[in-house]
Amino acid sequence: MSHPHAARPDALPARPRGARRRVWVLPLLAAVLSGAFALALSLGSVPVSARELWTLATGGDAGLAGQVVLSLRLPRALAAASCGGLLAVAGALMQVLLRNPLADPYVLGISGGAAVGALLAMLAGVTSALLELSAFAGALAAMALVFGLAHGEGSRTPTRLLLTGVIVSAGCGAAVSFILAVASEQSLRGMLFWLMGDASTASRPAVAVGALVAGMVACAPLARDLNLLTRGDVTAQTLGVSVARLRLTVYVLASALTAIAVTTVGSVGFVGLVVPHLVRLALGNDQRLLLPASALAGAALLLLADTAARTVIAPAQLPVGVLTALLGVPVFLFLLQRNGR
Amino acid sequence: MSTQPLLLSARGLSVGAGGRVLCSGLDLDVRPGEVLAIIGRNGIGKSTLLTTLAGLRAPLSGELTLDARPLAGWAPRDLACRRALLYQAHEDHFASTVLDTVLVGRHPHIGRWADESERDVAIALDALARVSLRGFEAREVRTLSGGERQRVAIAALLAQDAPLCLLDEPVTHLDLDYQVETLALFVALAHEQGRAVVMVLHDLNQVLRFCDRALLLTGAGEWRCGTVDQVLQADVLSHAFCHPLRELRDSGRRYFVPA
Repeated sequence: MSHPHAARPDALPARPRGARRRVWVLPLLAAVLSGAFALALSLGSVPVSARELWTLATGGDAGLAGQVVLSLRLPRALAAASCGGLLAVAGALMQVLLRNPLADPYVLGISGGAAVGALLAMLAGVTSALLELSAFAGALAAMALVFGLAHGEGSRTPTRLLLTGVIVSAGCGAAVSFILAVASEQSLRGMLFWLMGDASTASRPAVAVGALVAGMVACAPLARDLNLLTRGDVTAQTLGVSVARLRLTVYVLASALTAIAVTTVGSVGFVGLVVPHLVRLALGNDQRLLLPASALAGAALLLLADTAARTVIAPAQLPVGVLTALLGVPVFLFLLQRNGR
Repeated sequence: MSTQPLLLSARGLSVGAGGRVLCSGLDLDVRPGEVLAIIGRNGIGKSTLLTTLAGLRAPLSGELTLDARPLAGWAPRDLACRRALLYQAHEDHFASTVLDTVLVGRHPHIGRWADESERDVAIALDALARVSLRGFEAREVRTLSGGERQRVAIAALLAQDAPLCLLDEPVTHLDLDYQVETLALFVALAHEQGRAVVMVLHDLNQVLRFCDRALLLTGAGEWRCGTVDQVLQADVLSHAFCHPLRELRDSGRRYFVPA
């Protein structure tokens, strides 16, 4: 049908724009991530040259440099990169789940639960694997608590989830303060580093790498359903998405990814908030592109931040979470400011 | 019209919300090619009934079938290919272009591992043309006016291409010209393409002009269903809407005005 008012001067010409047209971003981000890896492996108290890295990569023997890279820098770099990816993907999923572009992986109390678990373990003098187990159990407990309380039908579910998460987080925060107050002087420093996020103690990068790969595989077939979920429950349901089941899947997935990241590097802030947000601004909100792009960008960001954290004030080290927060806050405020106009 | 196979059928359907029975023992058949209006006062249960007919909420009791199969037994994606629902609220939490918003309607037709094809884009563009929004493809939905946003939602519904269209107040926010245009479009979908259109309408004169049958909800679970001329009578409507209505006639057409 035609209409006298149909043609508008401000109407743009027909030009289908879709996510499919921008998949070239993924190889680009992968290249950035590779560059970040090269930087992370070569920088430090023992400089490693590009030639030595190449010798190592092709299976040769690079002597001391090789040992430093393989036993120290590579595990740490893998842990930082995979956790950056985990947090960014978890953030993107939480933003869809809560239908709020400002949600982050910690908003539902998962990091709070993990912190309580980790600090309790430290208080008891437990270290290493048992500490990680305790942090993971804390994260799962917080997640079960929030979902158990906020579970329900209807359009208010995102709001209820958010509020319950905020309250559980606050409760965990109080518990953390309590533990810090009663902790001994020696354990305090370790606790603070853990709370701020620190990749230096990451010992099992394989778990985080595996979780990231598994998470991405799990997300792939859900991406278009997730696109619909951002447009509201009724729309999604009308168009053939089993909303309740999808929401539970996304909740469990995002929580598990967050729990593994927090267990590995502590509660590193802002990666999960800023990365998906930046990617969305640059590439749009198609989850088919947003999720893999966030994973790559988050990995590159946390790897670069961790490299900076152990080199800028060498031989001392900064907790990487401090750097991501220092970078994240101004970036985020800038984005909000720009969007507000 | 009655020779057409049944599309949607309700038998003894009772619908309720919040402990209240909104409509009880409803028998309703919807066939291809007809336009049915659901009318009644605010809060009487029109939208609740519509979402129940769409299979989005369970009835209190009774049978509800689509293509002679119980509605509850349909897989969500198959159901989405057979019935579309235009809902009142449009949630735009994230930025999205008009074209992407309309393409959402193609979702049930695209396989899990596939992406939108050129054909899907062509269907979406055609749907935009039918609501006079061609040229708006690249606009951000959140910059549109309420009426334009409503037409984008109608385009998404057209792109979904379902034989049964359930519409909740399809012409809210629309200018008068677009109201007439949109209702004429749905009548054409029914009468020319053999789809069934069930819509909640507020304007009784639009019901008189565009619809074949009407279902009037009168409260306390009671209802009345029939042809528009049977249901839309001054005494019945005055009672149902709690305000006296007068019937006017002009060039063979009936109109209702509040007395």
